[in-house]
Amino acid sequence: MNQYETVFILTPVLSDEQMKEAVAKFKKLLTDNGAEIVNEEEWGLKKMAYAIEKKSTGFYCLLEFKAEPTVLKTLETGYRRDEKVIRYITVRLDKYAAQYAEKRRNKFGKKEEA
Amino acid sequence: MAQQSEIRYLTPPSVDVKKKKYCRFKKSGIKYIDYKDPEFLKKFLNEQGKILPRRITGTSLKYQRRVAQAVKRARQIALLPYVTDLMK
Repeated sequence: MNQYETVFILTPVLSDEQMKEAVAKFKKLLTDNGAEIVNEEEWGLKKMAYAIEKKSTGFYCLLEFKAEPTVLKTLETGYRRDEKVIRYITVRLDKYAAQYAEKRRNKFGKKEEA
Repeated sequence: MAQQSEIRYLTPPSVDVKKKKYCRFKKSGIKYIDYKDPEFLKKFLNEQGKILPRRITGTSLKYQRRVAQAVKRARQIALLPYVTDLMK
């Protein structure tokens, strides 16, 4: 089991409901394949540094999960098949990254409470 | 006639005291550089969004590699631009 982190960008043309649906879809895809979701963050609509598919904003979403390496292939095929995803990145977290992620998680959680 | 040979300046001439550069990651014990934090990564970029060399930032080789990696990842997900003018 490795710890991974994935960030994907959804098109801004979707309604709130469609976005939640898309996020839930990928979460389900992960859990169905035996991954354990550690953390999720929705950064909301953000301005991108450059236009992708002629769009200047995007809906950013982050998922942290623990899974076997084989799960990534299914996840990335899922991203590629879905037209709503305009960009994605998946990164394996090493020891220090995991520590950092944990710290960040605590910070982010507190911010939401406040 | 005792001539005053000493030249006097209004402002003391600035003798170049070279400030020693240091690696900020080693100094403050940062082990992981986050690609999701564009504001932090901007410290290592010039106006055009290019990565600054080590000789300017003073970063150690080990962390320069990681900075580069993080910047490239941030560019992929459009948190940082590949090319730009006047970023700051």
